[in-house]
Amino acid sequence: MARRNREIGKAGWGYTAITSVVGFIYFFPVFWIILTAFKTRTDALATPPKLFFTPTLDNFTSVFYRASITTGTSQATDMGLYFFNSIFIAGTSVGLALIVGTLAAYAFSRYPLRGNDTYLFIILTTRMMPPIVVIIPIFLMFRLSGLAGSYWGIILLYTAFNIPFSVWLVKSFFDELNPEIEDAARMDGATEGRVFFRFCIPQILAGLSATFVFGLILTWNEFLFALLLTGVETRTVPVAMARTLGGEVGVDYGLLAAIVTLFLIPIFFVTFLLQNQLLRGVTFGTVKK
Amino acid sequence: MTIELRQLTKRFGTLTAVDAIDLNVGDGEVLCLLGPSGCGKTTTLRMIAGLELASEGDVLLGGTKVNNRTARERNVAMSFQFYALYPSLTVAENLAFPLHGEKLDKAEIARRVAKISETLQLGGILNRTPGQLAEGEKQRVAVGRSIIRDPSCFLFDEPLSRLDVQLREEMRGEIKLVLQDLSKPTVIVTHDQLEALTMADRIAVMRDGRIEQVDTPHNVFQRPANLFVAGFIGTPQMNLLPATLTGSNGTTADFAMTGGQTMTIEVDPRVSELSPGAKVTLGIRPRNLEISREPIEGGISTTIDIVEPMGAETLAHLNDGHHDLRLVTDWRVPLAEGDRVHTRFPPGATHIFTEDEQVLRTP
Repeated sequence: MARRNREIGKAGWGYTAITSVVGFIYFFPVFWIILTAFKTRTDALATPPKLFFTPTLDNFTSVFYRASITTGTSQATDMGLYFFNSIFIAGTSVGLALIVGTLAAYAFSRYPLRGNDTYLFIILTTRMMPPIVVIIPIFLMFRLSGLAGSYWGIILLYTAFNIPFSVWLVKSFFDELNPEIEDAARMDGATEGRVFFRFCIPQILAGLSATFVFGLILTWNEFLFALLLTGVETRTVPVAMARTLGGEVGVDYGLLAAIVTLFLIPIFFVTFLLQNQLLRGVTFGTVKK
Repeated sequence: MTIELRQLTKRFGTLTAVDAIDLNVGDGEVLCLLGPSGCGKTTTLRMIAGLELASEGDVLLGGTKVNNRTARERNVAMSFQFYALYPSLTVAENLAFPLHGEKLDKAEIARRVAKISETLQLGGILNRTPGQLAEGEKQRVAVGRSIIRDPSCFLFDEPLSRLDVQLREEMRGEIKLVLQDLSKPTVIVTHDQLEALTMADRIAVMRDGRIEQVDTPHNVFQRPANLFVAGFIGTPQMNLLPATLTGSNGTTADFAMTGGQTMTIEVDPRVSELSPGAKVTLGIRPRNLEISREPIEGGISTTIDIVEPMGAETLAHLNDGHHDLRLVTDWRVPLAEGDRVHTRFPPGATHIFTEDEQVLRTP
């Protein structure tokens, strides 16, 4: 152990430098958009780009309150609602997908059916094509069933989209567990429900967290279906963001940057909260016990 | 309380893992299921436990058919190969877990945990979680958890396979002591013959889902029923040489070996049932071979190929040009590679197996 630590220490400086540079390159666009959020319109469009400027919170204010063009008075925008929509829709659908996916994954892992792999493959095929392929039939289905524009419509769709991913990922976590523990619990008098909730689930909490965060990021950023299937009341932030482009006053980069900055916060917060779990989740099963 | 298996069979698809086995384990008896990996011994154990359902045949516990009872309802305790300790519970909670179904009050549970932890010296580690335990400690907790209840019988799946040699010897003794106190029917699955020979009252040797022989450790070793048991039990392995019977007179028989040498051996009288020309396999344990520098009457001449000192004893590989013969002798016997020695099979030490691989022996 001591030897390993020393080796890491020795290589530390070089690796740290390289990692910092790569990290900076990756982070730069994010950094720039956050910076832009605090700039005035003039500063945002200045050439050469300004790194130092007097920060302003005007952009953030105008995310939620804008002066009306006709009357000139300040009025509330719907952005607050859109943020709520994004959080509610992504959170609910990823949560539902995780519940359904976990139950299905346990069944696939512990009670394989004849042709188990075929079913798993079929589940995966739904993710093999670009979603745009099915957009017309889905749109028509939603129109006919009246689901278009409703919360439950888009939540149902996102849940369906997240389930394959959840099933596959969570199944791999279940596969890694030592089934002897479940057998032991059965011998010791535990019911099947107790075996599942008391012994299987606690062992894969890290994996479940990772699955949740990955699903959340995918769903949080989804644009295409949200654009077509949400209504005025259920619009999500990516759609609302796109609608600020163009319009009456051209592209307001400061406003867009402010929305993006706010948009980053929930995901950042969730990832930060679960970071320890995430790290364990993504490395789950890569090291044999 | 007894365990009885009747024509017990388990099929997985087209594979027959356990093939119509019959077995009885008496009250207080320790029976080892011994066999190479994949012979069906763990499947048999899991069928007794109720973790696998039998395809055919019956499992009887205390004379009652329990085929349709779940593991929970059979009141059987099992200790698993990888210990299967509950990772999120402490040692004390692990030990107490099997008692939850029995509606005991807290004081009684605490009393039982204390008693078990005393028996197995777990006092210092009761508040740790399994992840913080050494292999030997995990094993002890696993044993403790299986004996804390008052089950009808005990099942152990490869109880010592994960321990290092020294710990294994220690635990072997400990488990044996614990089992003696319990006096319940116990089945131990193992692929390690030393484990089986030391811990069992009787050993059932399994191969390909069938039981080849059930007998005391002594008899399985000294009186193997067939070629498989003879070759499987004993280290180094028994020498098994193909030969042709050329004649017998009731007490001694002559055999022609591959390569033309002949041997005269004092054998079991049943050899006279065979007619001259019968193909047989001669079996002799490496420790039973007699060697001499001078030619021996009825023996064969061999060259020493390899000498492997093993401390108190020396293992030598003798070669007659066609067969490798393992010889174990006292370390003081001078042996050098390349030496020519003569060897014979002393009276009563040779096992004769007929062409159908069964032993030829007066019961």
